[in-house]
Amino acid sequence: MDIFLQQIINGLVVGGIYALIALGYTMVYGILQLINFAHGEIVMIGAMVTISCINFLVGHNVNLSGPVLLTVSIAMAIPVTMLLGYLIERVAYRPLRKAPRMAPLITAIGLSIVLQQAATMIWGKNYVPFPAILPTDVLEIGGASITTLQVAIIILTAVILTGLFLLIERTKLGRAMRATAQSPDVARLMGVNVNTIISMTFMIGSALGAIAGVLVAANYDQAHAYMGFMVGLKAFTAAVLGGIGNLGGAVLGGILLGIIESIGSGYLGDLTGGFLGSQYKDIFAFLVLILVLIFRPSGLMGERVAERA
Amino acid sequence: MNIARYSLIAAAIVALTACGKQEPAQPAAAPASTPAAAASADSVKIGFAGPLTGNIAHIGKDLENGARMAIDNINAAGGADIGGKKVKIELMAEDDQGDPKTATTVAQRFIDQKVVGVVGHLQSGTTIPASKIYSDAGIPQITPSSTAIAYTAQGYKTAFRLIANDGQQGKVLGEYAANKLKVKKVAIIDDRTAYGQGLADEFEKAAKASGLEIVKREFTNDKETDFNSILTSIKSAKPELIFYGGLDAQGAPLKKQAKKLGIKAILMGADAWQTPEFIKLAGADADGTYASIPGQPKEQLPGGQEFLAKFKEKFGGEVQLYAPNSYDAVMVMVDAMKKAGSTEPAKYLPELAKIQFSGGVTGPIAFDEKGDIKDGAISIYQVKGGKWELLEVVGGAAKK
Repeated sequence: MDIFLQQIINGLVVGGIYALIALGYTMVYGILQLINFAHGEIVMIGAMVTISCINFLVGHNVNLSGPVLLTVSIAMAIPVTMLLGYLIERVAYRPLRKAPRMAPLITAIGLSIVLQQAATMIWGKNYVPFPAILPTDVLEIGGASITTLQVAIIILTAVILTGLFLLIERTKLGRAMRATAQSPDVARLMGVNVNTIISMTFMIGSALGAIAGVLVAANYDQAHAYMGFMVGLKAFTAAVLGGIGNLGGAVLGGILLGIIESIGSGYLGDLTGGFLGSQYKDIFAFLVLILVLIFRPSGLMGERVAERA
Repeated sequence: MNIARYSLIAAAIVALTACGKQEPAQPAAAPASTPAAAASADSVKIGFAGPLTGNIAHIGKDLENGARMAIDNINAAGGADIGGKKVKIELMAEDDQGDPKTATTVAQRFIDQKVVGVVGHLQSGTTIPASKIYSDAGIPQITPSSTAIAYTAQGYKTAFRLIANDGQQGKVLGEYAANKLKVKKVAIIDDRTAYGQGLADEFEKAAKASGLEIVKREFTNDKETDFNSILTSIKSAKPELIFYGGLDAQGAPLKKQAKKLGIKAILMGADAWQTPEFIKLAGADADGTYASIPGQPKEQLPGGQEFLAKFKEKFGGEVQLYAPNSYDAVMVMVDAMKKAGSTEPAKYLPELAKIQFSGGVTGPIAFDEKGDIKDGAISIYQVKGGKWELLEVVGGAAKK
């Protein structure tokens, strides 16, 4: 039982991170019907910039406690990724907005390669260790272990998601985003500056991506120029699972995917008598993707089209 | 506006191509009068292949630097004396991305470019598929670091390696776990690459033969950083030691996550763990980890201290892992060419097979009938206070 609980906790932590990244995909898709494949690289750059900031601050003997140091560094990384998100939209997607849908998809993949290579030039090709500034206390809950960092990840994810929902549902900007998602032309007639709203969407998604990137790096204690690729694909799968374009769906999809992966890879070896082992962990994400695309292409919550933003 | 811009670009292109054409015009005319073979005999290409991009690029680059250092040394002396001529060596370094498919493409490119020998590849997963292409073309291949038994078991006459193989390494580690660490229950994880799997299989064999109980065998892949589910299911089996067949970039997060999950078992890996990178990534949690490395410690190599100092001076970084081996691979290859008096692969290959090379950084080099290095030593290390410390050297020329 404690093993099962542990797998659920492992899954929740990863799932929360997937959810944060999936929101970035789904928000952009909701408005532009475009899959921003460079989003995984934003996640990576968010992590890298934060690590550089922490190292810079520590190197200059700034005496702050670990969590404060991390918060300050994330606060510096977020504007960087927001600017990057803005530039990506401005340079790679806006000129192609009226082009066939394949064109922006190709620029998205191209951009993601460019960003990966740029990152290897700045941060090198090696793994970058996440500075050991956070407490590594281990809590025991019913036989399962969870670190304070992992607790913080789950809580932080919940807080950010609530904040985002309030933003979308309760503010003028949120209303404008929802309007643009429903119909850009009508939104424009109602006095919404559609271009600004699209830029804002990219920037909010990128900010979430930066936070997610830092959480990934902190959770696994390292970052890498190519880290965005797989985590981005998984988050994209989560977004599709939940119903791409649907915010609640992205969160549900992320958490579900995290738990499915964790339980799947934890028990697969035992269930198949060692025939399929835990090296097939990544299969679960993509198996889920294929099953969803075949049986429920609109995703778990995809039918609530009116609410996408 | 647009037209003006395009015509400018067009003009620039015309100007560039015009410049480009003028320069080679003269040398291009020269070989026509002299036989082409004679012109190229004073310079030969040696290929190097390894992952120069991706998550283990640091180990690939390390190897390339080792080979480059050897070649620069040879060329600095005016070239190698082969058949009464001074022959300059040129390094053709290619990125195989650590990918078996790319490795075969790179191998084919080497053949097309008429390299006379290949140093590489880094991993068994790339070395083995490429070795068939080299064998078919009759080009000698020396891998500085691939340890999978399968490589030399294929029976190719062109396949050599400068490192003890997994059979020896896995065996030594398995016996060490049983006899020195005195554990009873072990769990084994591997990354399903030719390297990781081969190593884990050999470890398992030796562990079983020494009376250890294998309580869990789990698998991952060589790009994964999340081991929580695997470790959770391993935790339930309560092993005293976890052996990982795989690379340092996975080993470090594995070690950290094991600690977070409250796993007290000893962690043990093989040569790909024994890097400064492992300690950098695992930080304070690295302490207590065991790893082995084929060959003697780089500081204790016959030409070690001097090599390490020169390497640092030349490339501005520490030797990660096998730079001395790729250095020696080039030296041995060139030595065989000298003995044969020819750079032609068919002529110097027999010399390479029976070489007795004494001046290597890694020690004296000779190959057995399969192409494996004779008397490959294996050293066992443990991280103590943030440093890899040598515990003992097993077998090989390093008998004390």
